[in-house]
Parts: sequence; C-alpha cells; structure tokens
Amino acid sequence: MKSKIIPIAIGATLGLMATSASAATLDDVKAKGFIQCGVSQGLPGFSNPDDKGNWTGIDVDTCRGIAAAVFGDASKIKYTPLSAKERFTALQSGEIDVLSRNTTWTMTRDTALGLNFAGVNYYDGQGFMVRKSLGVDSALKLGGAAVCTNTGTTTELNVADYFRANKLEYKIVAFEKADEVVQAYDKGRCDVYTTDRSGLAAQRLKLEKPDEHMVLPEIISKEPLGPVVRQGDDQWFNIVKWVHNAMLNAEELGVTSANVDQMKSSDNPAIRRLLGVEGKFGSNLGLSNNWAYAIIKQVGNYGEIYERNVGPKTPLGLARGLNALWNNGGLQYAPPIR
Amino acid sequence: MTHYVRTKDAPLLPPPASTTGIVGWLRENLFSSVTNTILTFIGLYLIYLIVPPIINWGFLSAVWTGEDGDACRSEKVGRAVGACWAFVEAKFGQIIYGRYPVEERWRVTLVYVLGFGALIPMVVPSLPYKGLNALFLLAIYPVVAFILLTGGNIDIGTGFWIGFAVLVAILLGVAFFAASVAKIIELRDGIKGVAMFAVPFAAVVLVSSADLGLAPVETSLWGGLLVTLVVAVTGIVASMPIGILLALGRRSQMPIIRLFCIAFIEFWRGVPLITVLFMSSVMLPLFLPEGVNFDKLLRVLIGVALFSAAYMAEVVRGGLQAIPRGQYEGAMALGLSYWKMMRMIVLPQALKMVIPGIVNTFIGLFKDTTLVLIVGLFDLLGIIQLNFTDPNWSTPSTSHSGYAFAAILFFVFCFGMSRYSIFMENRLDTGHRN
Repeated sequence: MKSKIIPIAIGATLGLMATSASAATLDDVKAKGFIQCGVSQGLPGFSNPDDKGNWTGIDVDTCRGIAAAVFGDASKIKYTPLSAKERFTALQSGEIDVLSRNTTWTMTRDTALGLNFAGVNYYDGQGFMVRKSLGVDSALKLGGAAVCTNTGTTTELNVADYFRANKLEYKIVAFEKADEVVQAYDKGRCDVYTTDRSGLAAQRLKLEKPDEHMVLPEIISKEPLGPVVRQGDDQWFNIVKWVHNAMLNAEELGVTSANVDQMKSSDNPAIRRLLGVEGKFGSNLGLSNNWAYAIIKQVGNYGEIYERNVGPKTPLGLARGLNALWNNGGLQYAPPIR
Repeated sequence: MTHYVRTKDAPLLPPPASTTGIVGWLRENLFSSVTNTILTFIGLYLIYLIVPPIINWGFLSAVWTGEDGDACRSEKVGRAVGACWAFVEAKFGQIIYGRYPVEERWRVTLVYVLGFGALIPMVVPSLPYKGLNALFLLAIYPVVAFILLTGGNIDIGTGFWIGFAVLVAILLGVAFFAASVAKIIELRDGIKGVAMFAVPFAAVVLVSSADLGLAPVETSLWGGLLVTLVVAVTGIVASMPIGILLALGRRSQMPIIRLFCIAFIEFWRGVPLITVLFMSSVMLPLFLPEGVNFDKLLRVLIGVALFSAAYMAEVVRGGLQAIPRGQYEGAMALGLSYWKMMRMIVLPQALKMVIPGIVNTFIGLFKDTTLVLIVGLFDLLGIIQLNFTDPNWSTPSTSHSGYAFAAILFFVFCFGMSRYSIFMENRLDTGHRN
C-alpha cells in the first residue's frame, strides 16, 4: 500500500500545476505581446517551413488568424514545433497558448486530458492509395491485398477493423517511418498504401510516377483536426473558436482578403456585423470590433487558406470534399454572427 | 689454358619486369596468391557495382538548380533524375542558420568567422601567440558569441546586482576572516582572489545586459549547423574541465568528494541522453512555477555538458590510472602541492595518453547533437528533415539528397577532428611505446 503514495503525490502535483496555468490567457497574451502557437515538426500543407524558413500551412494560418484578431497583426506570433508526445504537456504547462497541430478531436482528449477543441479546421480521414494498373475502384475489392502502413498507429488498427468488418483477407506490411512506407509501396512490396488522406496526398509526391496511382473513394476513419486550448478559460476558448467561425462566415458571405475593404460598405447586415461595422461582437470576445476584419484582411477566409495551402492548385492537390462549406455539400458550418 | 677473370663488373640488369613498376606493385599487392587474386576480383566487382551508380546519382544525372520540386521530377524534366541538389541549394540558408532572421544572419556568420579564425592558429603548432589566442577563445569569444547570437541586452534587474553585491561582501568577509582570525592566507591574496572572480563576472554581466542596438533573436529561431555547433562546442568545452575535476575527485582520498563524484558520474552514465533531454523539456516545465521558463536550448546545453562530463571523467580516469606510482611519489618528493603535481606532472602525461578516448567522446558528442530534435530544436539533421515536409519540394529524390548532404557535413567535421587527434598524438609521442 505504501508504494502508492508517491505516484499519487506526483499526480496531484501535476494536476495542481496544470490547473494553475489556466488563468486568463488573453491577458497573458496581451501582456507579452505575442501568441505562442504550438505547431507540428513538419506536416506538408498543415505546418511546414517554406524556402525562407517561415512557417506556412492551414494550422499556421489558424494561429495567424488568432494573432490578427487579438493584436490586429498576424505576425505577432511565435511558433513552438512540438512532437506528438510533447504537445499536450506543452499546452497544459502553459508553454504554448494554443495548440494548432493536426490534432484529432477524440473524446479522451476532450475530457480526461483537460483540453478543449475549438472547432475543426480540417476534416481528415484514413484512405487507401493503389496503383491504377491494379484495376480496383473500391476498397471493398481489396481482398487478399498486402497493405503498407506505419507501425503502432491507429492507422494499423483502423485497417484491421475495416477489413475484418467487411470479411476481407489482407496482409499488413508495416514500417516505422513514413518514408520507409512510401519506399516499400513504390517498390511494389505491397498493393495498397493507407494513411490519412491528406498524408496520402503528401506522400504521393514522393512516388517515382505519381500519376500511376489513385486514391480510393472510401474513408474508413474520422479524423477531425482542429486547434486546442486548455480547459477552464472560456474567454480564450471563445476567441479561438470564433476566429475559425469568422473565417468560415467570411467565405460563406463572399468576403475575401482582396475585397474586404469594399465589403465594409456592403448593405448585407450579416457582412456588416462580421466586419464590425454594426454591433459590438468583438468587444463581447474581449477584442476590438474589427477583429474579423483583421483576420480576413491579413490571413484570408477559410476558402483562401485552404486553396493556398492544400487546395487543387498546390502540389498536394486536395479537393475540398468534406471541407467544403455546408451549402456546397461539405461539413464546414459556422454559427451566425448576431 | 688461360683463366678468364673478369676485369669489369657485369652490367647491372634491370630487375625483372614483373617485380617493378605498376606490374610489380599489382603482383605484390593484389595478385600475390590465388586467394588474393580472387579477393581482388571480388573487390573490383563490388567497386564496379557501387561506385558508378553513386557518381551517376550524385553528379551525372543530378539536378543542380531549380525553382521548386518540379525541377527534380523525372516526368517533368524528361530524364532520370539522381540527386536533387537544387533542394539543398534552396534550403542552404536554413541548413546553416536555421530560421535565424535573414537580415540578422551576418551576426551568425561573424561568430563562425571569429571562431574558426581564432581556432585555426590555435591548432596549428607553429603559429605564435598561443596564450593570447587561448585567452580570446576561452574568455572573450564566448561572451562575444553570446551577445552576437542572442542580441545581448539581457534584462537582469536590480535584484541581481543587490545579490551580487551581497555575495562579494560575504566573500570579502570570508577572506578577511581567513586572513586576520584564522591566519590561513594573506589579506592581499584574499582580496585579489575575490576581485579576480568578481570583476570579470561583473564585466561579462554588464556587457551582456548593455543595449548594443542588436535585435534580440530568441533561441527557438536558431537551427541547422548553428545549433549543432553551439551544442557540440559547449559540450566539448565544458566537459573537459568538469570531467578532469570529476576524475580527480573520484580518485580522491576525501570520502565526501569521492562519493559525490562517483554518484554524479554513475547517475549521468546510467541514464540515456534522450531521457535527459526529455526530462529537461517535458518534465521540468511542469515542476517549475508558472512564468519561470528556462530557455530550451539552455536546458539542452546544461544536460549535454553534464552528460558528456561524466563520460569524459571516466576517460580521464583511465589515463590517471595508467600513470605509474613513481610519478606521483617523485612529484611529492619534490615538495609539489597536490594541484601543482597534477598540473605539471600527472595530467600532462595522463591526458596525452587518452587523446584517442577524448576525441572519441568529442566525436560521439558531436553526432549525439542530432538527438536535440526530439525536444523540438532543429539541428543540422533536424532542419533538413523538417524541410522534407515542404510540399513544394516533395519529390522521390529529396530525402536522399538531404540525408546525403547531412552525411557529408557530419563527415567533414568528425573526420577533421579525428585527423587532428592523430596529428596531436604523433606530435606528443615521446616514446612510451613498446
């Protein structure tokens, strides 16, 4: 019995430390003059460095949007690249203010880990890539296939679930690193390559002949990725949530970084509320009333961000799919500003 | 019948053609027996298998320039593509400086130039002014480099100076006490000792906290070769004196010091470097009060320095143990104090003997710096790997080229250290060989 005291003591200390960091984040951020944003250690299209060493990507733009809303300046931001292991400790300990690092919203993380997911900036899901020459157009025809994947990830478990549920034979060929998996698939050691669809698009670029491969339509898992904040700071939670919503509303209303200045004189009341011409929506968040104007002007609406980082014109070439607005058949839906 | 006696020497014949020149060398070295002949052919076949593809990949079909990844895609350029050196070229700034702001990179360059400029005359034995050079490298250069890299202008506050004044007063009091009451030392020596510690220390802090007009650059922006060199050089420079002290302490007669040194060495040797780095980056922030935040790079530097010091201590201890007892006894018979004996008799011999071990530790440390990647610092290898994720440069050959370039850079540094150590060994060789 005695031996249980130390783990409990450590746990209690950690718990205390974790809650002590949950004071008003907005005040802290304003005091220090920048937002500390946790990003990945490199994920194409989400957070990766460009040739000059600046961070770019959807997750990075979410952070820039928050900085624009809080300071009116999207560049008042510092990035902390975090590994998957470090990311939650970094948030809990207050080392970062917001975690925008392709983190899947799951129940455990939302509840037991003391985190809040402030929306979904990318709906991802696990998919399959095959050679066109295989002549397969559906994952249901993959019976007996050798499947390449990473070891020890949920990807592997999802494949097992899917093939078992559909009573298909399969063989797993698993590797530690993504690069090894791509190599093995490219060299023909397996018929199918499976990972998140955004990952498939990125890894496809590393294949010798990308045009000879296709992604099957089936999506076998739900991976809603979004920005994360600490539980217990509702004001900051609201800000991060509404930065994303403002980007969505802007796209829905046709407000872009190019026309945002003309739009200020629009007659549409929804646009006038969004851009702070009418109402006091910004001050309800604890921000200035042109918070959304700054986001759109400096970062852009959701559609612009998507097209710039992962859209069809980028090397990744991901179609909008689930990430289209709700009125275009997608899942991106923001509550109205009123 | 006349006896024929040669009156002149017979003309000297040239040696058989099969023992001289290229043919002779080949016979001797490559085809001297059946086994060797077979091995030679196997070797030639292996070279044939390995070398032409490497040359083809690295030079003939390599892509040297390009705007983005399309330049390295064989279906876009219409030929087989080997190495994508255009990627290395595009990311070269990041590989050398990390994400250090472009307009401030001259400061890093200056640090590189000063460092190598002072190091080269230091390691070439025939050049003069070793003493001044060493003073510059060990005392002035670190401060200059620190201010140039971080921007100086550190906010210290008056609290520090009050604490510092109190400390100096206490030290002066101790010196006064030791001189006038205990009568162990002369008062002048005591004051001199305190001043020798306090004045340079205050000067360094004063300079570091002065506003020199340099924009501050936080360490999270450092990366690439800069981080690799900062971590490796700090580890190497700090581990040497700490390691020597620990090695001496471990062989000391004084039980508390010996126990402390043994515990320290065994603790740091007993945990993997990855664990140390993880503890410092993941656990430490949880235990510190909020707002108190050590710089990540500083945490890594301390961890690496202590870790390598423990290894260095054991290497040095190996050298100390190899010194015959007679050397110690001879030194004591001359009436030398402990420190003089160590400095003038024992350590010079011991360190010379363990040069290969010391350099081994240095090279190991240099390569271990790549582990800082797991705490979110991007060293040479880390920044190259990070840039693999740039979708504009995602091609089949990007990662091979990046890794090859990292390997070349690492090899240059490690091979350089290793050759220099062999040179020093030969130079210091005074015939203790059997």
